[in-house]
Amino acid sequence: MLSAGMVMLLRPRGLAWAAATAVSIFAFAIAIALTLTVLEVERQTYLMGSWAAPYGIELAVDAFSALLLLIVTGASSLALLVGYRSLDAEIETERQPFFYAAWLLALSGLAGILVTADAFNIFVFMEISSLAGYVLVAGGPDRRALTAVFKYLIMGTIGATFYLIGVGLIYLMTGTLNLADMEIRLQDVADIKPILVAAGFITIGLALKAAVFPLHIWLPNAYTFAPHMVTVFLAACATKVAIYVLLRFNFFVFQPNLAGHDLQFGYFLMPLAVLGILIASAVAMFESNLKRLLAWSSVAQIGYIILGASLVNLAGLSAGILHMFNHALAKGALFLTVACLGLSVARLDLNGIAGIGRQMPWTMTAFVLAGLSLIGIPGTAGFVSKWYLISAAAAHGALGIALVAVIVISSLMAVVYIWRVVQAAYFGTPQDTTTLPREAPSVLLIGVWVATLANFYFGLAPALPIELSGSAAALLLEHMP
Amino acid sequence: MIGFYAVVAKPNLVKKLVGLSLFQAAVFLLYITMGKVEGAMAPIFMAGIEDRLYSSPLPQVLILTAIVVGISTTALGLGIVIRIKEEYGTIEEHEIHEIDHP
Repeated sequence: MLSAGMVMLLRPRGLAWAAATAVSIFAFAIAIALTLTVLEVERQTYLMGSWAAPYGIELAVDAFSALLLLIVTGASSLALLVGYRSLDAEIETERQPFFYAAWLLALSGLAGILVTADAFNIFVFMEISSLAGYVLVAGGPDRRALTAVFKYLIMGTIGATFYLIGVGLIYLMTGTLNLADMEIRLQDVADIKPILVAAGFITIGLALKAAVFPLHIWLPNAYTFAPHMVTVFLAACATKVAIYVLLRFNFFVFQPNLAGHDLQFGYFLMPLAVLGILIASAVAMFESNLKRLLAWSSVAQIGYIILGASLVNLAGLSAGILHMFNHALAKGALFLTVACLGLSVARLDLNGIAGIGRQMPWTMTAFVLAGLSLIGIPGTAGFVSKWYLISAAAAHGALGIALVAVIVISSLMAVVYIWRVVQAAYFGTPQDTTTLPREAPSVLLIGVWVATLANFYFGLAPALPIELSGSAAALLLEHMP
Repeated sequence: MIGFYAVVAKPNLVKKLVGLSLFQAAVFLLYITMGKVEGAMAPIFMAGIEDRLYSSPLPQVLILTAIVVGISTTALGLGIVIRIKEEYGTIEEHEIHEIDHP
């Protein structure tokens, strides 16, 4: 985080990018180290300023945080490492140091949310990452990004303020902000109206940030008009971190203390998840702008994650958390291919990419493969999480059958919208035959293929993510009465 | 709540931001009133007067942080509005929509 300030001062354009990338990779290395530690010890804590909890702010890393830390730092590192050309093309040279500084701030904000165990600290880091995120989204040349980010800012701030109201109410009732302590103190005051209201505010606030249907309105435009590498980073991370906070709050703090809360949680979120999945996938089918199509697909994927979480059992929760990881891989790869296309093609919609499969074979093949992971074809990471999700849902009897149907139907819809792109790319006729687009720069392609192949690696050897998400789900469920 | 209404209903972008600020200010008030202990004095520690009852300083600290966050957000929002004005020539929501979707 401190390096963000320094990066701003690095005027030469190559240097700012290099410094940002180095920091991001360093962060990724730390994330890997933390994951290895967490696999042995359940939870690692650190007291800031050595003030003992619950008076001081405590940092704690467990399986859930570690998994998401890997995603966040990994996505940031990959996007920065291979995105130099794409970012250079989209952002004015004088503003690049500021842009990279904002990127590092966003990364540190997201990482901060994941490692802290203090509710107010979460708010601070959440706003750091959000504000930096707004700057990142607005950094590109498309002026429609400005209105998109304005709407994102308004909705995001409302979400954060709702969260603040909720935390304030809880503080009023319990006198503590440390999550673990809150859980204990709430047992004395459980089930009073303010606690329920607080739970409501916190859930709504975080749902806004996570783009849960119907509070997802900011997402399609923000993803579409942001610089391509920013979309890679944000699509892989920002919403998932918000869901992380939502789950942690609900399970650690509320579940043990509010009678019947697990049912309320499920009843409230499940319909929203289902609607999000179906409606977002349907809209994606009719969308012709590539980025917006993938953005709507993201809303649907968030629906899957919430659906898994709303089942409130070990299988469902693990499926949802696993899907966070797998979706980050799939969408990250897809948006990376879009960045490649963005370098060579004038308009990123179905007409603009007509016939491009022949000129950019590496790029489009990666798109197809990552698309397969999104749909959930066996052998890919997407399949693993969808399988878990389906088996978790099927255990719920009649409702479960309906849920399985929803998942299958939406996967078919995913086939449709991925196919539309593939059809345009391979079977369309290019409209402008005078200037043929060239294949993307090799560095970018390497990144694309790393992400794409990761989908297959984790599809065929998913032991690590499964273990982490299983531990995470078990951790969350431990706190149920 | 008035702030919230302003955010949703007013088409002028600057008014939206003002509504947002109002909304946040209300939340800050909520926190600060929480911290007041009846009959207590302000939480400034003075040597020689240790055994007085103090209002809790924690909410005040939290609010300081939240105020800073709120100001940064408002500043960023206003910056975006300025850029929108430069690009579109207007800051009314429906007019911007007209320009983008003729």
